[in-house]
Amino acid sequence: MALTRAAIESIAQLARLELNEAEIPVYQDSLSRILDFVGELERATTTGVTPMAHPLPGQAQRLRADVVTEADEHTRYQQNAPQVEAGLYLVPKVIE
Amino acid sequence: MSLYKKTLAELAAGLRAREFSSVELTTLYLQRIERHAGRLNAFITVAHQSALAAARAADAELAAGRAQRLTGLPLAHKDIFCTAGLRTTCGSRMLDQFVSPYDATVVAKLKDAGTVLLGKTNMDEFAMGSSSETSYYGPVKNPWNIELVPGGSSGGSAAAVAARLAPAATATDTGGSIRQPAALCGVTGLKPTYGRVSRYGMVAFASSLDQGGVIAASAEDAALIMTAMAGFDVRDSTSVDAPVPDYVALLGKSVAGLRVGVVKEFFDAGLDADNARRIEEALALYRKLGATLKDVSLPNLPLSVPTYYVVAPAECSSNLARFDGVRFGHRCKEPRDLQDLYSRSRGEGFGAEVKRRIMTGTYVLSAGYYDAYYLKAQKVRQLIAQDFREAFKEVDVLMGPTTPTPAFAIGAKMADPITMYLNDIYTIGANLAGLPAISIPCGLVAGLPVGLQLIGAHFAESTLLNAAHAYQRETDWHRHIPEAFA
Repeated sequence: MALTRAAIESIAQLARLELNEAEIPVYQDSLSRILDFVGELERATTTGVTPMAHPLPGQAQRLRADVVTEADEHTRYQQNAPQVEAGLYLVPKVIE
Repeated sequence: MSLYKKTLAELAAGLRAREFSSVELTTLYLQRIERHAGRLNAFITVAHQSALAAARAADAELAAGRAQRLTGLPLAHKDIFCTAGLRTTCGSRMLDQFVSPYDATVVAKLKDAGTVLLGKTNMDEFAMGSSSETSYYGPVKNPWNIELVPGGSSGGSAAAVAARLAPAATATDTGGSIRQPAALCGVTGLKPTYGRVSRYGMVAFASSLDQGGVIAASAEDAALIMTAMAGFDVRDSTSVDAPVPDYVALLGKSVAGLRVGVVKEFFDAGLDADNARRIEEALALYRKLGATLKDVSLPNLPLSVPTYYVVAPAECSSNLARFDGVRFGHRCKEPRDLQDLYSRSRGEGFGAEVKRRIMTGTYVLSAGYYDAYYLKAQKVRQLIAQDFREAFKEVDVLMGPTTPTPAFAIGAKMADPITMYLNDIYTIGANLAGLPAISIPCGLVAGLPVGLQLIGAHFAESTLLNAAHAYQRETDWHRHIPEAFA
């Protein structure tokens, strides 16, 4: 399958990834080849097969009680944030 | 014998007998790391000061007679495990400045066990790669020949242990990232059962496949670390609540009567003929030790690589959505608006292979393609897992090569992603089925190590470690150190 330039731009937009001009043809080529490669899966007969979502049979995702277990440490956590003010994460203006 | 040539088990005995101190041992490894840093690029961060402080504390425990089994032993962590106060990059520009506010459970457990952290090892960016070439910090070199790759993604951990810059190192395995570098560097690498080791604080790549484990010189050393790092963790919802045996105490049993399945699909056209001979020799040794060998077929296994390259990128595209330039990680300069902030921070922060996987995953999950790719892959995954379940009705352990060839040249496979992906053709099956597997060195091909892979049933780590240990009692491949580092 050959992906078009527009297809790559659309995937990049969905994935929120800015690509430069030089990257687009590279990903057009390699993603097309990867999709051809994984297209091999079509050969497998999977009628009636249950999709496998967890590698351990019978294991279910555990739930926990909806109670507070952690202390508020936002100042410590926000030390890794690019921009913070008054305990809030700052981003460019969203609503004009 | 020089201290760095000793195994972890021997070093532990020496510390306990006060033949040398943890400070002496730690200093020795820090000096080796420094001396060979330029040559191997195995470490991203070296923890000089905190390592010596931890070693002094360990010596005090040893002097007071309060030492645990691992007290005072130095080790390294793959830079995918969060370490409080010490930067965690995951090999990415995205996390170049990231300092975790907390320790991963694995890090905390090994710290509580008294180990000394030497530093953080280099790796493929976000563990996506089979050669440790995609790191933002440059490629790791193979200690057996620095023009070759060490494998990946845990290439820094494997190279560090092979060159004896650390006696052991943690690692992670999503499609072969512990076993493949262990094979190419001539060391022992254990990928435990899915859910056996906590993933809390381990940067997520593909959550239905990721599992933390260990790279060490020998199976006995891997058993020592594994006993300390495994176990239930309430903070990881995929962690399995089952008791952890003392893997060391379970070593030493005879392999007479062990039912070994030789996987037919592993001996395919892609397997190097000399590599195949080393595997045959290892299998012959098991037969000599009393194991019974039986040919086994896993008919759907050849589809494991295409299955993986749908499932893993899909999960990666979801997991890596958290890197948005808002709460932590790289942020672009002067964003025009929120969309620009997201796209440019991610475009700048991620390297080429990570972007390729995110886009592959985004595509296979997107409207109109979900059934054809993702759902289909989940069904084929079930077929592959079923093949393994059938096989383990008749055998105790499956064996075959870990990789098709020994280490390849740096740069040789970077142009074509498919060629690179096929390096993991023998390792991916165990991840898809959630099974434990180990790679042990079983000889050389043109002076380069190759690995024998053993795959076990769920939670059969002790079977694997015992079988690997039995082999290592009869051979000395695990004691070979590359000449430049001997």
